[in-house]
Amino acid sequence: MNTPSNVPPAPPLESRVAAPPIKAANDLMYWSIRRELWENRSITIAPLAVAAFALFILLMTAFGLPHKMRNLPTLDAAKRHAAVVSHFSVAPTVIMVTTILVGIFYSLDALYGERRDRSILFWKSLPVSDLTTVLSKAAIPLVVLPLIGFALSVATQLILLLWSMVVLMGSGMSPAPLWAELRLLEMPVTEVYGIGVFTLWHAPMYGWLLLVSAWAKRTPILWAVLPIVVISVVERVTFQTSYFGSLMMYRFMGAMTAAFNVKATAKGHYEIIDRFDQLNPLKFLGTPGLWLGLLLAAAFLAAAVRLRRYREPI
Amino acid sequence: MPAVEARGLRKTFGKTVALDGVDLRVEEGRILGIVGPNGAGKSTALHAILGLTQYQGELRVLGRNPWTDRDQLVRDVAFITDVAVMPRWIRVSQALDYLAGVHPRFDRAKAEGFLAKTDIRRASRVRELSKGMVTQLHLALVMSVDAKLLVLDEPTLGLDILFRKRFYDSLLNDYFDHTRTIVVTTHQIDEIQDVLTDFVFLNRGRIVLESSMEAFESRYVEVMVNPEHLAAARALRPIHERPVFGRSILLFDQADRQQLAALGDARTPSIADLFVAVMEAAEARGAAA
Repeated sequence: MNTPSNVPPAPPLESRVAAPPIKAANDLMYWSIRRELWENRSITIAPLAVAAFALFILLMTAFGLPHKMRNLPTLDAAKRHAAVVSHFSVAPTVIMVTTILVGIFYSLDALYGERRDRSILFWKSLPVSDLTTVLSKAAIPLVVLPLIGFALSVATQLILLLWSMVVLMGSGMSPAPLWAELRLLEMPVTEVYGIGVFTLWHAPMYGWLLLVSAWAKRTPILWAVLPIVVISVVERVTFQTSYFGSLMMYRFMGAMTAAFNVKATAKGHYEIIDRFDQLNPLKFLGTPGLWLGLLLAAAFLAAAVRLRRYREPI
Repeated sequence: MPAVEARGLRKTFGKTVALDGVDLRVEEGRILGIVGPNGAGKSTALHAILGLTQYQGELRVLGRNPWTDRDQLVRDVAFITDVAVMPRWIRVSQALDYLAGVHPRFDRAKAEGFLAKTDIRRASRVRELSKGMVTQLHLALVMSVDAKLLVLDEPTLGLDILFRKRFYDSLLNDYFDHTRTIVVTTHQIDEIQDVLTDFVFLNRGRIVLESSMEAFESRYVEVMVNPEHLAAARALRPIHERPVFGRSILLFDQADRQQLAALGDARTPSIADLFVAVMEAAEARGAAA
């Protein structure tokens, strides 16, 4: 019996194979990502729906703005700022939470669903490699959803700003105090920064979910969560410690302390981030957790690529 | 260069042996039919050829190792391994866009031409199409890829006879050009007998018979024997005998045609009849052993 390793090489045969035309790698990536968006319409619809809903509520509450603005002079500077800006930071926050949730559920299904519905055999009949496929799927939570989140955040904020001016002027007030509190350049930049650092920070989570989704024969959500729960419980029972749990918490929220100069209040809330001096990219880049996380993410994705090779429909 | 060359191809799933040392050589420009009962290893063999599964033994497809060179090989190969693999959410127009986007050898106009002959609408999703329409769509896509090797596993499952006939006509007239190689499995062997240039019988992971159609036609003769000649015909050692309407049809391997013509109506058998004969002989041997 021969194994592939002792097959005599046949270079004369292979050299006769004409080099086939190849689609450019970025074409393959472009169409693969479009394919994902076709299949998973929640990637665009869910953040859009949440943004629309948040915007609707915010536009309604904007009618209370004239009253709020009249009371502004009675507040100190910090509270005055918070009073105005909090109205504008709601939408970006809920949109970001939505995109993260969509990313999590998308990643869990990305390499599992195609095996469950057997379409993996169709995709594998086309000249798109496992590497391109896995990378295009990883690009959804790592690139596409953050971009959608940012675009929607800026769009809702712009609409809210224009509407707030209309409401203020409609009640005979000047929009100037509003403008004075809003940092129109710094706000979108801090949003890009925030979305960027959280996406990088969460990369190993998405990598892990994609890996589980390539591996699990059923209920990927269970296999994704179970090891974390088991390790936490075992640690708790054996050592009476909870390092692993804290590590998971750090992985989820740690970007707040690693990338920003902000302190949590006693209640666990963070102050509103809309100033450049609150951003600390150097500290973020110097955080070992960032690089370890990215390494881990790369390892998870490499394993997912490899697994997709061997995986058959379930 | 042979399109497919296998030596000692083996594949096991746990204790089940799916392929038990298959030697196979398919020259370029041939149309090979793989015939076998369910579980004979047909699909496993095709999966190995397409680099979808690991295997033991030696296998070259278009000069490449299908497992290690899969990404290169797949550009030159088109295949349907299962008719139910089209993603259910995709729209017909999206499938066309996507294939045109990723496949350097996909001819969109050709696919549109095939689809124009069907009732399939561009805006439909696969889940909205009937089973037969999904197969029509899949075949239209696959036949529009300018591949060197086309592999079809039960491609006409769920299609009515009219479409099956048209499909095989189209396969011969529009697709096959004597440089391409086609490997096909189907249970409706009789329908593709005229299409094939070669066939193999696969049973329990082994090839039990392989032949070109020319060799098959010159080697096998089926005779509807007149009752008075039955004893004489049986003396010529037929490989199979079956009764039809009170007469007997005897199948002969490498017998003298003139001698047989004197015993009754001699003709070339169908592959299906030969298949039944070979399988029953194998079972009889198995029972005797």
